[in-house]
Amino acid sequence: MIWDQIWMIIWTLLKIVAIVLPLIIVVAYLTYAERRVIGFMQGRMGPNRVGLFGFKLWGLAQPFADTVKLLLKEIIFPANANKFLFLMAPVITLATAFAAWAVVPFSDGLVLADINAGLVYILAMTSLGVYGVIIAGWASNSKYALLGALRSAAQIVSYEIAMGFALVGVLIAAGSLNLTTIVHGQAGGIGHWFFIPLLPLFVIYFISGVAETNRAPFDVAEGESEIVAGFHVEYSGAAFALFFLGEYANMIMISSLTAIMFMGGWYSPFSGDSWIAQPSILWFFMKTGFFLLLYLWFRATFPRYRYDQIMRLGWKVFIPICIVWIMVVAVVKVYRPDWIGG
Amino acid sequence: MKILRYLKSLTLKELFKGMTVTGKYFFKRKFTIRYPEEKTPKSDRFRGLHALRRYENGEERCIACKLCEAVCPALAITIDSEMREDGSRRTTKYEIDLFKCIYCGFCEESCPVDSIVLTDIHEFHFEGKDKNVLDKQQLLAIGDMREKEVANARKNDAEYR
Repeated sequence: MIWDQIWMIIWTLLKIVAIVLPLIIVVAYLTYAERRVIGFMQGRMGPNRVGLFGFKLWGLAQPFADTVKLLLKEIIFPANANKFLFLMAPVITLATAFAAWAVVPFSDGLVLADINAGLVYILAMTSLGVYGVIIAGWASNSKYALLGALRSAAQIVSYEIAMGFALVGVLIAAGSLNLTTIVHGQAGGIGHWFFIPLLPLFVIYFISGVAETNRAPFDVAEGESEIVAGFHVEYSGAAFALFFLGEYANMIMISSLTAIMFMGGWYSPFSGDSWIAQPSILWFFMKTGFFLLLYLWFRATFPRYRYDQIMRLGWKVFIPICIVWIMVVAVVKVYRPDWIGG
Repeated sequence: MKILRYLKSLTLKELFKGMTVTGKYFFKRKFTIRYPEEKTPKSDRFRGLHALRRYENGEERCIACKLCEAVCPALAITIDSEMREDGSRRTTKYEIDLFKCIYCGFCEESCPVDSIVLTDIHEFHFEGKDKNVLDKQQLLAIGDMREKEVANARKNDAEYR
């Protein structure tokens, strides 16, 4: 009896490690891919120097060099900073970014916690991340960090609403808050994926996701000319690395959620019985990778929004469109339930 | 008109346009030159590290006329001279301070015997804060090392001088 419980705990811990370790590696290589892709789009090479054992390998060892550098650097505490909060903030950011992965279904049944309120849990976890931002800005005892934190926080909270509404559309279409059930609702080829009936919500969800993670073109918090790096100006070394990790883990999170909610998760875009139509975890990874590429593509393409434009877009454009489309979806779901989500 | 504008912004038309442009550049040829392995072509008039040349029989060209010392705008050249046993005037000291030198090439232009030249060496360093002054032996050594390149560059450029 007691041994069963201990075994259960160990098994769960192993599963967590199996999710978090690859995630960290993907984050490391996402930073590499980002510099490489943006470099290519700007007619440059990007990092192509750091290799292993004398081989250059297109710079593939760059993330490890960066990690070692960040970990070896000193963590500088600003004068009169609240040390406890200063160190807690990056931990909160990282913890919430990782905790949300608990309910992400990678493939059919391949999920750490298959809970019924998965969608709500994810919204809660991503919302909690804003505390890390605010605490970091406050504990830094620096006006730039504080202003950056306020900017980020206001932006995250605003776009959270549009994002939540977009997910309400998914919830209506799938009739469930459970992520696995949501994906099951999209079985049967690309025509059944939710992004077709929910196209406006899909676009809004992804753009809000970009804004939510404070990425370009919504990265006013990092406006170099105004407030340097935003809420994490005062961070260095390992503490900064945690913020970095959190930010990129959130990017991957949003990408995989978009794949799950709108692009049919692990289902193949083809229908039928051939091998290419089989559902597979590879489809999920490919879809997630596509959205991650979009993130980088956006950053290479768009200039930064002005702050009031960001707020206008979030409150006066996205939220009204979302509400209208939710009503449309609701009406269709009542009168023509076979149109959406089988 | 207003409807059209709404339609344009709601379909994200211009955003897609912008992404097409960056997407195309992703596959275009990159302008980066992988420096230590690849190098840009250098002009025959490239003004790099200095050198003193010799005649083919091994005699040093410099006759200690001190025109280069006089023309040097940065006062980087210091020359002392005396009469050699065979009665010719030669330098006993020929020093170039690389911290002062601005690589203008006036010394080379002023030289009546094409002795002091600026070679195409641009990758050089010195280890130690007092190593910035090149003396006569070092300059002659650079000249011996690069004589072929220097002579070639002068020949190619001769008709434009």
